[in-house]
Amino acid sequence: MHEMGIANSVLEAVRVESLRFPDGHIYKVGVRIGELAGVAPDALRFSFEALLRGSELEPLTLEIEYCPRRYQCRACAHEYPATISDLACPRCGAVESLFLGGDELELSYLEVENGACVAGT
Amino acid sequence: MERVWLERKVLSENDRLAAALRERFAEHNILCLNLISSPGSGKTSLLERTLENFDSGERVAVLTGDIQTENDAKRLARSGFPVKQITTGGTCHLDAAMIDRALQDWHLEDIDLLLIENVGNLVCPSSYDLGEAAKVVVLSVTEGEDKPLKYPSIFFKSQLLVLNKIDLLPYVPFDITAAEQNARLVHRDMEIVRVSCQTRAGISEWLSWLARRREKSLAAASAP
Repeated sequence: MHEMGIANSVLEAVRVESLRFPDGHIYKVGVRIGELAGVAPDALRFSFEALLRGSELEPLTLEIEYCPRRYQCRACAHEYPATISDLACPRCGAVESLFLGGDELELSYLEVENGACVAGT
Repeated sequence: MERVWLERKVLSENDRLAAALRERFAEHNILCLNLISSPGSGKTSLLERTLENFDSGERVAVLTGDIQTENDAKRLARSGFPVKQITTGGTCHLDAAMIDRALQDWHLEDIDLLLIENVGNLVCPSSYDLGEAAKVVVLSVTEGEDKPLKYPSIFFKSQLLVLNKIDLLPYVPFDITAAEQNARLVHRDMEIVRVSCQTRAGISEWLSWLARRREKSLAAASAP
């Protein structure tokens, strides 16, 4: 259960970013989690809510985008999400593919009310 | 209301420290490996077998992580090589800051090979870069052969799978071929060695892998 540490990093990042919006309030933070990131979305939501409660960042919503593994076929260049048991290209059946993503653990965006950005964009 | 795109890593502070460690390791030609497994898969035994094969002049050092106790460091210190325990006090993984602190009173110029034994856990350590050149995942045959499918993150991120306790294969319903196929479903180019830390079967293959990695890292360091 390392989601508490990850939730804390998300909130710390929001704190740092909030300095850029002195007159605004950040009310939503978007996080992108790949299926290979080793992070459980439900545990992250739980930890996020626990750490947020009573803090100056309330109200703040966490939105998680869960990303499957994505590959590009080396034979026909088709891009596709892959399941764990079948990595073959659904279009041409080739098994040689390039890994495109699915291991991300990223802060994707913030939504800010009255958000005139002052610096550091 | 406005949406501001950030597109940065959640663990950027850890990644920054890990990148600094990686740079220092490169500067001193140190090969650093991060060993990860479930509790009880045999990371410490594998390190014992590894260290006993090294001449006393080898410039190898070990950091070993656990939630509590200095037991692993005591076991490994019998080898005579520098060993330091990192007790996390509850945290289920090592992070780059812990490695940085643990290295503070060691001279990196005296080390060629740094082996890090992570806290026994197949999930959390996979998210934390420690500045290593490669992650090594250890899976023992008393576990399930579907573990690579259940915990894909760590198998995806590891260069080498060490299948340990193969001396127990006659006694357990573990399909080793299926385990290897599962590992390669998650990570197609996974390198695999089968070992027993009890009978020492396969230990020479593990040591050859280690030697090849050391040559590779030295070659990279001396490249213009």
